[in-house]
Amino acid sequence: MGHQDHSFSCAIHPSSLHIHSAFTLQSELELELERRARKLYEQGGQRTMAVAGLGETVCELRQAYESGKTRSLAWRQAQLRGLLRFLKEEEEAAFAALREDLGKHRAEAYRDEVGLLVKSANEALRQLGKWTTPERVWIPLVAFPATAQIVPEPLGVILVFSCWNVPLGLSLEPLIGAIAAGNAVAVKPSELSPCTAKFIGDNIGRYVDASAVKVVQGGAEVGEQLMEHRWDKVLFTGSPRIGRAVMAAASRHLTPVALELGGKCPCIFDMMGSARELQIAVNRIIGAKWSSCAGQACLAIDYVLVEERYLPILLKVLKSTLKRFFSDPDHMARIVNARHFERLSNLLKDKAVAPSILHGGSMDAKDLYIEPTILLNPPLDSAIMTEEIFGPLLPIITLKKIEDSVAFVRAMPKPLAIYAFTGDAALRRRIVEETSSGTVVFNDALVQYAIDALPFGGVGQSGFGQYHGKYSFEMFSHKKAVMKRGYLIELTLRYPPWNERKINLMRRLYRFDYVGFVLSFLGLRR
Amino acid sequence: LTATAMAAAVAEQLRESFATGRTRPAAWREAQLRGLLRMATEMEAEICDALREDLAKPVTESYVHEISLVKSSCKFALKNLKKWMKPKKVPAGVLTFPSTARIAAEPLGVVLVISAWNYPFLLSMDPVVGAIAAGNAVVLKPSEVAPATSSLLAELLPRFVDSSCIKVVEGGVSETSELLEQKWDKIFYTGNGKVGRVVLSLAAKHLTPVALELGGKCPVVVDSNVDLHVAAKRIAAGKWGCNNGQACVSPDFIITTKSLAPKLLETLEKVLQKFYGYDPLQSPDLSRIVNSNHFKRLRSLMDEEKVKDKIVFGGQSDEMQLKITPTLLMDVPLDSAIMKEEIFGPLLPIITVDKIHESFALINSMTKPLAAYLFTKDSKLKYQFENGISAGATIINDTSIHLTNPHLPFGGVGESGMGAYHGTFSFDAFSHKKAILARFFIGEVKARYPPYTPAKLSIVKGVLKGNLASMIQAILGFPRGGA
Repeated sequence: MGHQDHSFSCAIHPSSLHIHSAFTLQSELELELERRARKLYEQGGQRTMAVAGLGETVCELRQAYESGKTRSLAWRQAQLRGLLRFLKEEEEAAFAALREDLGKHRAEAYRDEVGLLVKSANEALRQLGKWTTPERVWIPLVAFPATAQIVPEPLGVILVFSCWNVPLGLSLEPLIGAIAAGNAVAVKPSELSPCTAKFIGDNIGRYVDASAVKVVQGGAEVGEQLMEHRWDKVLFTGSPRIGRAVMAAASRHLTPVALELGGKCPCIFDMMGSARELQIAVNRIIGAKWSSCAGQACLAIDYVLVEERYLPILLKVLKSTLKRFFSDPDHMARIVNARHFERLSNLLKDKAVAPSILHGGSMDAKDLYIEPTILLNPPLDSAIMTEEIFGPLLPIITLKKIEDSVAFVRAMPKPLAIYAFTGDAALRRRIVEETSSGTVVFNDALVQYAIDALPFGGVGQSGFGQYHGKYSFEMFSHKKAVMKRGYLIELTLRYPPWNERKINLMRRLYRFDYVGFVLSFLGLRR
Repeated sequence: LTATAMAAAVAEQLRESFATGRTRPAAWREAQLRGLLRMATEMEAEICDALREDLAKPVTESYVHEISLVKSSCKFALKNLKKWMKPKKVPAGVLTFPSTARIAAEPLGVVLVISAWNYPFLLSMDPVVGAIAAGNAVVLKPSEVAPATSSLLAELLPRFVDSSCIKVVEGGVSETSELLEQKWDKIFYTGNGKVGRVVLSLAAKHLTPVALELGGKCPVVVDSNVDLHVAAKRIAAGKWGCNNGQACVSPDFIITTKSLAPKLLETLEKVLQKFYGYDPLQSPDLSRIVNSNHFKRLRSLMDEEKVKDKIVFGGQSDEMQLKITPTLLMDVPLDSAIMKEEIFGPLLPIITVDKIHESFALINSMTKPLAAYLFTKDSKLKYQFENGISAGATIINDTSIHLTNPHLPFGGVGESGMGAYHGTFSFDAFSHKKAILARFFIGEVKARYPPYTPAKLSIVKGVLKGNLASMIQAILGFPRGGA
């Protein structure tokens, strides 16, 4: 059962489709679709038929939820406060774990993980009352007297798959939303960031209700075992390949899924109005590439598009700023492990790509360190331009006109974010209207992640489902429609036996022609 | 042209049409919506004829439950379209000050709508209205189990809307399967949970988001202190008045107390006789069963050994006409087939309990339904029901009526589905809400960047915690000097 990489080798197991029932005549459509799903499964290869070994964990979570305790506001608030205490008291240990796993400097660890979690938990505590209040909606007069509301309720038991690059943040940010919504939650941190995974697992039980919030450790096999069970929602952050497998596994139980995937986030770089603006823009580009987990972030700038004639000045400022920022290599994170190190070095070693290396390129396999590297116009069909880089390598692609960037970006799969440094209003409008991405940011990058009022999520290949702020609450809630009527007024024209008169009355009603309705009802009009 | 080639060709054509951008302007969307509205108005007679052919649906039901709902959907969308399309400003907050933030809705692209046979006109058009309002190109695959409506839609739509962007693909099993193999930007499926699972697993291949409108066993709990006559009428309207029980929000079974059951049964019988006469097989106001497969399925539910002697009213059927009369059953065993699967027909079991609260445990032992109904005047019971029962929707003192309110999200949870639509929710179902943030070059926060120092970290901490002094320092470019 050794898996080289974390691959879910299953689709869905045919026997679990269980379409046959003694009294149901199976439709041809069901048979055909079952046949196709079976084919997909067989193509997926031998599946580990591991017995659902995590049954106890899942059972406990379901019992905790069924007991009703996660629904009370008091319980939710207690968990959120517990998380805040956890982040405060264990801050140093968190920094140490992140440094061990990724070489993250404590400043990055606070700015990108701990600090944002504190902000989110506080926001949830502040807004919880508002979020959980039912919303009254309009009712047509025809239904009078009646009330209609939309009432949020928890989905039940949630599973969160975290990712290795923001291991604390991507575990706890969804947890905050799921708890605020009143669910019981299982979090599976990535085994590729083992110190942080262990840190969370060992400590969080002291701060939250461990019967309703559990941490499950392990790799791909554990992930597969978890997906054998029924969840009320699964949030997966990671690569599209595994996202597909998670969604396919979830289909068996009709589990709704949210996928936070990646993509190649482009940075469209137009000429800046002044030297000062150029410097600030470059600061922000570097911040969104090398200063964020050494480029190993789903929102990191993947590549830059710039007009040919502005390339020299951009390069000049990039190089000088890089030198200043990373005078001490300690201020940039490391590559997470040898496998990713090798993947990245292969991107550079590609014979067609190597000549385009303009700056940097040196690597230290022992330290898992790759110098900030800039490439110029690598071939567009090379791996570095077709796969998400997820590392400290920045290709710059030059264009004749910056407006060509719109068509360039459209030809690629939809990314999680598009960044554009430009003051040109027409170009901005074209970017918003003619491209599609999770988010668009003008004149900065990555910072949108910190804004609670903006939904965070992808579209197309970069995923579906959005969270942060109240979107986190909604992601893990079911919005139930509730309508209440009385017995006072009964419109008998609803009921059979039908006749033309009743139909005409209804026509008037549905056109909100109340006067006509009353007259017809009284027999004063046909 | 093979089914595979045709599905691929349709997807390709729509992708090209969408790429030209013609579906984006409000004018195009409004023109299509007006076209659909005209179609529903001018072709009312033809639509009613098709529905009668497919389901023997009474004209009143065709008008009230299908045509008028489609028309009001179109009107609602036309009225609100500009509002929906306008980006919404949101507070960017202090962390990224100064900046402006907004959320803009954009179409997902090319979407696939797979409809069902029981409300073949409504369940085809309603999602399509949402998809068009959101600016998408659409493929509609109507159910082949309602063939007259399917071919009517295939014939009418090109006459009333832009067929380069809105297409109908007719067909059976292989056409549907081939369509599901293509890449779409969203799939909207109405039907049953078994096929829903397979739709979801095929969508996984392309990472396509999916909305599933499925079914379930919608329970009706009847408490003692209600106006039984009105309750019985509303239950009957929601059950047999909705396609003779073949509706996803039809009351599936009743739970009431042992003491109330006889009176409730008597009232229901009286109401049924009033609505459908003494020989319901002759009543023109009852839909027939859609096809012989379902007829046989329903008969076997009634004929099961442990169930057949529980029939207390009705139970007649006519295989030639595919009609089954409204049938009431009393206290069938909970492990019988009729209590294990969604009935989707004119059979209504009544389950009795000692105390009305016991109904909760029974309902919660089943999967979450699309709707749960309660007839009561007891406000405590109402509260407990709302909070203790999870369903797509909860209705007190009526059945099925929430369908008509465009301000309420219509959709399931758990086994009854995922995603919601109607009104604004239709527009949202087919949109991507894109976050747009614009920043400026004043107030450059040096503390963000390496080389990191304790001073920088303390400013960042302060900013993230909302500390005003730290924010001011950050914007003024502290710490000064050095890198």
